[in-house]
Amino acid sequence: MNKKSNPELEKIAYKVREHIIRMSTDGGCFTGASLSCTDLIVYFYSNFLNVDKNNLKDPNRDYLFLSKGHDVPALYGTFAELGIVERERLRNHLKTNDYIYWHPNTNIPGIEYHSGSLGHLLSVSMGVAMDCKLKMQSNKIVVILGDGELNEGSIWEGLLIASALKLNNLIAVVDRNEFQANIRTEELIPIEPLTNKFVAFGWQTYKCNGHDFSDLEKTFESLPSQPEKPQVVIASTIRGKGLPSIEARADRWFCNFTHDEVEQLLQELYSKEKTDLKSETLIVR
Amino acid sequence: MNYEQKLLELIKKNERIIILTAENRAAMRNLPALIGDRFIDVGIAEQTMVGMAAGLALRGRIPIVHALATFLTMRAFEFIRTDVGIGKLPVKLVGAVPGFLSEANGPTHQAIEDISIMRGIPGMNIFCPSDEVDLLIGLEEVIENPDPFYIRYNNMQSSVEHETKFEIGKAEVVFEGRDVVILTYGILLKQAVEATEILKLEGKSVGVINLRTLKPIDKELLIKTCKNSFLVVTLEDHFITGGLYSILSEILVEEQIICKVLPIGLNNKWFKPTLLSDVFEYEGFTGEAISEKINIELDKANYQTVQYLF
Repeated sequence: MNKKSNPELEKIAYKVREHIIRMSTDGGCFTGASLSCTDLIVYFYSNFLNVDKNNLKDPNRDYLFLSKGHDVPALYGTFAELGIVERERLRNHLKTNDYIYWHPNTNIPGIEYHSGSLGHLLSVSMGVAMDCKLKMQSNKIVVILGDGELNEGSIWEGLLIASALKLNNLIAVVDRNEFQANIRTEELIPIEPLTNKFVAFGWQTYKCNGHDFSDLEKTFESLPSQPEKPQVVIASTIRGKGLPSIEARADRWFCNFTHDEVEQLLQELYSKEKTDLKSETLIVR
Repeated sequence: MNYEQKLLELIKKNERIIILTAENRAAMRNLPALIGDRFIDVGIAEQTMVGMAAGLALRGRIPIVHALATFLTMRAFEFIRTDVGIGKLPVKLVGAVPGFLSEANGPTHQAIEDISIMRGIPGMNIFCPSDEVDLLIGLEEVIENPDPFYIRYNNMQSSVEHETKFEIGKAEVVFEGRDVVILTYGILLKQAVEATEILKLEGKSVGVINLRTLKPIDKELLIKTCKNSFLVVTLEDHFITGGLYSILSEILVEEQIICKVLPIGLNNKWFKPTLLSDVFEYEGFTGEAISEKINIELDKANYQTVQYLF
C-alpha cells in the first residue's frame, strides 16, 4: 500500500466534505454525523485498510462495516475520491436511477453490507471475523459504531460474545462525537466512563483524536498485530466537523440546505467564516 | 439416523456448513466434540447469533443456527429480517419446540405465530416437517438451497410411512379423499391421521395432506383439493391468523375459488401450559376431538355421506 502523507489526506478530506455538503440539499442527508467520521473513513481507506477498487471481492481484503449507517455520505465521498465509485455518480443522490440513499447498501461498490438499523453490524462483523480466523487469514475487520448507537442492547451482547470468542482480528471504532440524534449523549443516556465499560467487557481499549491524521496514524499503526483480545478505539470527534456554523450543534444532525446555503457552506469549509443559515432545522427522531 | 447424525453427515460433505447455537444443544449433544471450531455457541444471545450467521454467510458459509423457536423468531426478528432477509443470505434458522411442543413452559415459550412472522419476510422459506423422519427426508435439500430457511424443528416419531421423494414447494399426500381433506403441517399430522381413521369408520372419504414447506407452498395441489372436496380443514398448532388458514385464504381469494374451509388452530389465545398429551386433550386437538369438529361442520352444511356412494 502506498501511504499518503498528512497533507494529501487533508486534501482528500476537504474534497469528501465538499461532497457531503453538496449532498445536504434537495432532500438532504445526515450532514452532522457524516462530517464527524469523515477523517476516520478517509484515513482507513487511504492508509490503514487493504481495500482498493481492484480487490473489493478478494476474500483476503480488509473489511470495514459502517454500523452507524446514516453517516454513509462520508463513505460515498471517500469512495468517489479514491476511485471506487465514479464522482459523477454522487449527483444521483436520492434519485430513483441509483442507490445512493440515506443508508448504506451493497449496490454501491465497496460497501460491505447494508445498515441503518443501529446495533446490527457489530454482530455481522463478528461473523466475518470468525470466518477469517477459522481460515487463518490475517486481514483486519473494522466496524464503526456511533456513540448514540451504544444505547442498543445488541452492542453490549456482541461485545461480551466477541470477547468470549476471542475475536482478536476485530477492531471496533467508536465515533465519539458526543451526540445521539438530537441530544448530547451525556444528557440523555450517559455512556461515560466508556473506556472502563469496554475494559470490563474484555476489550483492549485505545483513545485517539478522530480528526488528527498524525494521531490516527500513531494509534492505528501501534495496534498489535497479534492481540489477545478484540480491540476498540474511541475516537474523539466533533459533529459537523469542518463547518463552524453547524459544529457540535444538536439541531444540525440531518440537514437540508438551500442551494445558496450550500454555496456559502462550501466557502465556509475553507474560510471558516460562519454562514448565516436560514433553512429550518430538522428533528428527525 | 437422527438429526444430529444427519447434520454430521452434511458437515463432512460440505465444508461451507457451520453450526451455531444460542446455548440450545438439546438436538446435538455430541456434535461439539465431533466438529470442533465449526460449532459456535454464542450463549443466550439470539440477536448476536443471527447477526454473526449473516456475517459468516457473507463469507460463503451456510450457517445453521439453533434456538427455541420463540426466541429465535421473535427476539431476533429484526436481525432475521434485516441481516438475513434483505441480503437473502443462505442462513438456516432452526426453531426448537415450536407450537404445542413447548408443553408446560407457558405463553412466553409458545411459538404459535412463528409461521406468520417468518413468511412476511421476502425471500424467506419455511420447512415444517411432521416428525424426525420427515425432517431428515427434506433436510439436505433445504440446507443446500441458496436461500434463507426457517425450519420448524421437531424430532417426534413418525405416525405414517413417508414419501421419501422431497421437493421444496411440494406437499405429501398421505391419504387421498373426496369428502373431507385435512391440510396440516408439523406434529399434528399424527392427530390428523387419527381423526381420519375415525371418520373413515363412519363411511366418509377423508384425505390428509402434509404440507412440508409452507413457503413456498404447493399452490397447485391446494387449488385442486379445494375444487374437488366438500370440506377442507386446516389443522395447525399456530394462531389461526397468519398461518396455514391465512395462506389458504389468500390463495382462494386470488384464484376466486369458493370453498368450505374449517380452520382448526388457536383462535386468538394462548394454549394451556401442560404436558403434551394433556395439551391435545385440553385444547381439543386429539384425533377424536378433531373428528367431532369436522362432523359438526359437516352437519351444519347438511352433508350426507350417501351422496358419494352412488
